[in-house]
Amino acid sequence: MSTARSKPAAKRKASAARKSSGTRKTASKRGTASKRRQTPARPTKPKFTETLVNVQGLTMHFPVTEGALVPRVVAHVKAVDGITFDIMKGETLGLVGESGCGKTTTGRCILQLEQATGGDIIYDGQNLNELNKQQMRPLRQRIQVIFQDPYSSLNPRMKIGEIITEPMKVHNTEPDEAARRKRALELLEVCGLNPKFADRYPHEMSGGQRQRVGIARALSVKPEFIICDEAVSALDVSIQAQVINLLEDLRDEFNLTYLFIAHDLSVVRHLCHRVAVMYLGKMVELADCDELFDHPLHPYTQALLNAVPIPDPTVESKRKHQIIKGEIPSPINPPSGCVFHPRCPIAVEDCKKSVPEFRQIRPGHWVACSEI
Amino acid sequence: MVTTSEARVEAQFEELTDKKPIGAEVREFMRKQPLGTFGAAIVFVMVFAAIFADIIAPHDPVNNSYEHILQPYSAEYLLGTDQFGRDILSRIIYGARTALFVGFTAATIGAITGLVLGVASAYFGGRFDLIFQRIMDIFMAFPLIIMALAVVAIFGTGIQNVIIAITIPFIPRCARVVRSSALAIREIPYIDAARANGFSNSRIILRHMVPNVMAPFLIMITAFVGQAILLEASLSYLGLGVQEPTPAWGLMLQGGAEEYAESAPWVAIWPGVAVSLAVFGFNLFGDAVRDTLDPKLRSQ
Repeated sequence: MSTARSKPAAKRKASAARKSSGTRKTASKRGTASKRRQTPARPTKPKFTETLVNVQGLTMHFPVTEGALVPRVVAHVKAVDGITFDIMKGETLGLVGESGCGKTTTGRCILQLEQATGGDIIYDGQNLNELNKQQMRPLRQRIQVIFQDPYSSLNPRMKIGEIITEPMKVHNTEPDEAARRKRALELLEVCGLNPKFADRYPHEMSGGQRQRVGIARALSVKPEFIICDEAVSALDVSIQAQVINLLEDLRDEFNLTYLFIAHDLSVVRHLCHRVAVMYLGKMVELADCDELFDHPLHPYTQALLNAVPIPDPTVESKRKHQIIKGEIPSPINPPSGCVFHPRCPIAVEDCKKSVPEFRQIRPGHWVACSEI
Repeated sequence: MVTTSEARVEAQFEELTDKKPIGAEVREFMRKQPLGTFGAAIVFVMVFAAIFADIIAPHDPVNNSYEHILQPYSAEYLLGTDQFGRDILSRIIYGARTALFVGFTAATIGAITGLVLGVASAYFGGRFDLIFQRIMDIFMAFPLIIMALAVVAIFGTGIQNVIIAITIPFIPRCARVVRSSALAIREIPYIDAARANGFSNSRIILRHMVPNVMAPFLIMITAFVGQAILLEASLSYLGLGVQEPTPAWGLMLQGGAEEYAESAPWVAIWPGVAVSLAVFGFNLFGDAVRDTLDPKLRSQ
């Protein structure tokens, strides 16, 4: 109830901030995906020129161990296997793929929650993989995360106010206790929550409200880059829409850069500027959002997009479905050559042997497939 | 329109989240846990006796009175006197003080140390956890009493050393239980959130993990108090614990049990009853607290 009420307040605040700073117009704010495609206000890639994050050949191989007392490594789970992409300042990069393809691990590597086994993550000129804990700390303030599950991402023993003020206290962005409290209340308001919630515990709130608290916590230390790890996947559809709109408003208000990890393609299409598709630890396609959705090149992307049902029974029943055959192979022992070849409709003999190069086919459109 | 429905929802919300008054909680506990209530009553009587020992004890517990040696029950000496003419009832009342002091101190220090070590072990994981847990295994391999005996043998007797002796074997037992809970908590995203925010390890352990393993910890503490009282009595009985003339239940048994078992059985019986009742009371109370705190058992 209170979320529905405070929503316009947040909108007002956000738009007021936009007006005062004279940023871009907001005509297409609430447009549907199809409508938005025609509106010229849609930000396109050339607007973003400054690279914020550059991921080069990132690999994350988790060891599989056997033996209780003296563990020995018997295999590796190749969760992320040499992916390269960059994120521009101010843009939203969508990262999609089926469960287990390594998209969350990629996010965790950037956050340094996992120590990557190879590759570089250059954040604003600094290689995160080479920084120690002390050197990493100031960067942690600039990189924040919103988790998937709003039920487990908040400490059940802390009040909402404490949850939001704690990062400010640790990073000393607001040295004064009263100022921290004030900012926490403001953030709750910005995120569409009643400031009264500051004295409540997480279990007293609904999933959507908790997710807003998670967003407020991420915003508390004024970050520039937020990793949204399936941030709306656990919410029901109406709440999803609210939270997505909130994320969009906040992006414009605070000039945020998002890495938006998701599996819901319609959400990605609505929110993202560019989209990267992952499969079994590899990146298979990366392009501008509209380009990728309108002209998918990689057979996996095509199948993924094809699997999205069309909300019209007559169209849906006549449509030719292109279902990917087989199961996703084990990342412990991925297929040789192109990892997608056992399930690929257009695979040829050569795909079993040679690893396809991740190459640029059109300007800004990268594909890892040798048959295109 | 929006505001009225909102207010209604708000009111319902307050109602739902409103805590029950403490009296109602206690009544519900008594109804659902009659045995636990009995245990709580014993604990309460013991605590009361310990605090107000000076007022309620009829005689001085250390005052020898050679005219009244080994007297049976009488109006002046309700539970008789021991071989030095000291009033047994008074010694039992003052003994509660010793038992509770040793029991609570040892259980609290042991459990808190175990709590922090167990959570740290789970949080750091890997090799630290492996080595630490093997050290705990070594400590656990000794029975409680043997471990306590060894500590007293090294440090000597006296009340502080008895507390140390009882505390040390509690640490690995608590650490083990707490670690298993903490292992599960370590994987929950709010710990990831804390790490992603660059919080220090001590902050994550103390602020984010420790408060979330409180339920098993509280259960451990209540169980430990009973065990500690029993251990203190055992050590004192063996002459390795509290020393004469301090009134302590184990010590009273030591003085009287063998020699006067037939001629003056009250010398041994009443301190024994006190120890048994105290441990029984704490165990019953601890079980009831566990059932009440554990939501899975609560519905039954």
